[in-house]
Amino acid sequence: MLEASDIRRVLTRIAHEIVERNKGAGDLVLLGIPTRGVPLALRLAERIGEVEGDAPPAGSLDVTMYRDDLALRPARGLGRTDIPGDIDDKVVVLVDDVLMSGRTIRSALDALKDIGRPRAVQLAVLVDRGHRELPIRADFVGKNLPTSLSETVAVRVEELDGLDVVMLGVKGEQT
Amino acid sequence: MKRHLLSAADLSRDDALLILDTAEELARLADRPIKKLPTLRGRTVVNLFYEDSTRTRTSFEAAAKRLSADVINFAAKGSSVSKGESLKDTALTLEAMGADAVVVRHHASGAPHRLANSGWIRGSVVNAGDGTHEHPTQALLDAFTMRRRLGSFDGRRVTIVGDILHSRVARSNVRLLHTLGAQVTLVAPPTLLPVGVATWPCAVSYDLDAELPKSDVVMMLRVQHERMNAAFFPSAREYSRRYGLDGLRFAAMPEHAIVMHPGPMNRGMEIAAEVADSPRSTIVEQVTNGVSVRMAVLYLLLSGSESAIGSTEETS
Amino acid sequence: MSSYLLRGVRPLGGEPTDLLLADGRISEIGCGLSATGAHVVDADGLIALPGLVDLHTHLREPGREDAETVETGTQAAALGGFTAVHAMANTSPVADTAGVVEQVWRLGQQYGHADVRPVGAVTVGIAGEQLAELGAMADCPAGVRVFSDDGHCVSDAVLMRRALEYVKAFDGVIAQHAQEPRLTEGAQMNEGEMSAVLGLGGWPAVAEEAIIARDCLLAAHVGSRLHVCHVSTAGSVELIRWAKSKGWDVTAEVTPHHLLLTDELVASYDPIYKVNPPLRTAADVEALRAGLADGTIDAVATDHAPHPDEAKDCEWAAAAMGMLGLQTALSVVQQVMVDTGLMSWAEVADRMSTRPARIGRVDGHGRALEVGAPANVTLIDPSASWTVEPHALASKSRNTPYRTMTLPGTVYATFLRGNATVLDGKLA
Repeated sequence: MLEASDIRRVLTRIAHEIVERNKGAGDLVLLGIPTRGVPLALRLAERIGEVEGDAPPAGSLDVTMYRDDLALRPARGLGRTDIPGDIDDKVVVLVDDVLMSGRTIRSALDALKDIGRPRAVQLAVLVDRGHRELPIRADFVGKNLPTSLSETVAVRVEELDGLDVVMLGVKGEQT
Repeated sequence: MKRHLLSAADLSRDDALLILDTAEELARLADRPIKKLPTLRGRTVVNLFYEDSTRTRTSFEAAAKRLSADVINFAAKGSSVSKGESLKDTALTLEAMGADAVVVRHHASGAPHRLANSGWIRGSVVNAGDGTHEHPTQALLDAFTMRRRLGSFDGRRVTIVGDILHSRVARSNVRLLHTLGAQVTLVAPPTLLPVGVATWPCAVSYDLDAELPKSDVVMMLRVQHERMNAAFFPSAREYSRRYGLDGLRFAAMPEHAIVMHPGPMNRGMEIAAEVADSPRSTIVEQVTNGVSVRMAVLYLLLSGSESAIGSTEETS
Repeated sequence: MSSYLLRGVRPLGGEPTDLLLADGRISEIGCGLSATGAHVVDADGLIALPGLVDLHTHLREPGREDAETVETGTQAAALGGFTAVHAMANTSPVADTAGVVEQVWRLGQQYGHADVRPVGAVTVGIAGEQLAELGAMADCPAGVRVFSDDGHCVSDAVLMRRALEYVKAFDGVIAQHAQEPRLTEGAQMNEGEMSAVLGLGGWPAVAEEAIIARDCLLAAHVGSRLHVCHVSTAGSVELIRWAKSKGWDVTAEVTPHHLLLTDELVASYDPIYKVNPPLRTAADVEALRAGLADGTIDAVATDHAPHPDEAKDCEWAAAAMGMLGLQTALSVVQQVMVDTGLMSWAEVADRMSTRPARIGRVDGHGRALEVGAPANVTLIDPSASWTVEPHALASKSRNTPYRTMTLPGTVYATFLRGNATVLDGKLA
């Protein structure tokens, strides 16, 4: 659905939108949600740096311990949480690869609350595939991808997977 | 499927590393203003302690509370246990209270196995030290402390010194450290080594001075004065002279090597005060790390529909 | 009195023939027998053995009737093919007087499932300090010949010497529970590889062997008879073999569980496997089987030790020691000795009937299957198998380590002086 060049273009656009919306990059902190939100957050910070001169701090926020579906799935290990400095009175931009039910973002908002009190929280996602289960929307969307629940969206990123691509598949098939 | 942590032997290398990695993430919470996580909200963890052990109990209690679990402390003293209630009846009581996990410290080796495998309770059982058998979370926190100080386990030489015969800490550490790739050597007078130790995955020596220069970690075990009366060694002074870690012996250790002790220490007996208080001693750090490691164990056993670690197999 | 015609039975596993039991004796042996009025048993494929004799049974009465009684214990005995059992002395009160042994003996007579031969305590209260009135127990109607402090070792060398000497006056034997007490303080299981891993107090083989060596030398010195209870180690077998080679009057028994089970089972911490002496290693099991096969060990004795559920439904250290054995003994022996080719059925008869009867001086038992002998006969079906279900056993207790195991061989019938105590696998 998206090739490497599309992803590059989309991230550049989002970087511009973030700067535009926040009138600069002064108070920004970008937090990626593991696993694939993290490299996307680092890339966005870099792009913003190219636009604004200084790259905003970027890190990661693991939400596993805050999920509401923990008891429904086998126990699993944790992702890395790495908060670059203080987030009090900053504008935190959460970055994730795919937005669907919104439950991950709800967990992220809970996790943020235990770390500090940002002035505002915004959300940037590479793909929004609909099917929201909570009143949550993204501020910055790379691509709206209306999909059926029987389909899967797989995001691959260079840093972890060796290539940049977004693929659409059918549940149960290898993507 | 609920699983248990009864012995270090229940942990594969992947299990053990998952616990250490998870504990590493959880340890970072210690710097946050809000240390509590909502993960085990609504779950009940019972601390069932048949032996006094304030440090282990409070460590488990802090771990469970930081994960928002409800904690019930059930101490053998001052409860129906001291009136002669059987382990089975106590277990049935805990089951009726809806215990999701029972953390048990017991003077009888194997008591946690009985709790886990007799069908008395449905929750996960965590062994917090049973008789002279095992103390797996102590070994995990020791391993965690070693990895933080030394980086990795591969080829690291760990020397465990003291009353191996009666030590559940030694048994769990030998198993776990071997699983993780370290080389363990036990040092003790022959009277304080179990018959059958030759089959353990470790080396055995009677000579502490020969082992110290090769050691990356020296773990001193508490030696109880009562053992003297049972003729395990002639006198505290002789024990201390042959197997105690004093300043001179400390100086014979490599520069990078660390000193560990599961506590409580007998200063002047197995360890000199100057060694215990040295920056290369991890004794206080071990206590701090205990909470993170026990959080990781409770989280991985209890948070999901299936436990991520531990033994499922009924050995009976 | 009814008579029984056993048609097509194989005495000691030999050629099929007919056996007529009448008037309490074996009255005829031969093919094609007929007898009017006799109850005909189609014994095609069944093996006849002389009624089994157990040297080591805990019937628990008087004192622990919640665990077993003379009635339930002898029912279990009959169902296991036994016609006589020796009731151990560690009851409450201890069987250390003529009064207690006579009571136990009379209860056995009253129920009639098997002859009960009380064992007298060697010392008063099994306390190991003062000799009990051994002569009075020998002279009373119970006619005690076997004396034992079983459960405790007569560890005092002088006391043991005196006991060995004293019972010579009435052809008695001291059955020693060989366990050096100091070496076994806090002992919970065999000392070795498994105890090291499990952190349970070790019961070293040397604690048994040291006592056996001492007692063999004492028995030789005073020219008396010694019987060694529940031999459990390879070293003990060697010592007894040595004593016998000297011509000393030393006999020994082994339990079925020490012939089959090993200390690896303790890894479950399930006290169903807790027993004294403890389960040993596979090497010990092998030596015990070899010792039984070559006759170094004279007898299989059950050490049937019933315990109520609560004594086993607990942590290992708190649990009682002992396991049921009467109803499973013959099957275990078939599995480990006969089906493996180590022993013939004739040798089974020797180790489970002839020799134990001789050691205990049990009149009328352990006799060859010949015309005129008392009709104490056990019929077994070696080709059948059964799955051990604790609740289905006759014993009041359920502490069998063989639960859910499938074992070969079933007892079809047991005859005590011509009366069926068991018929078609059920109490008659």
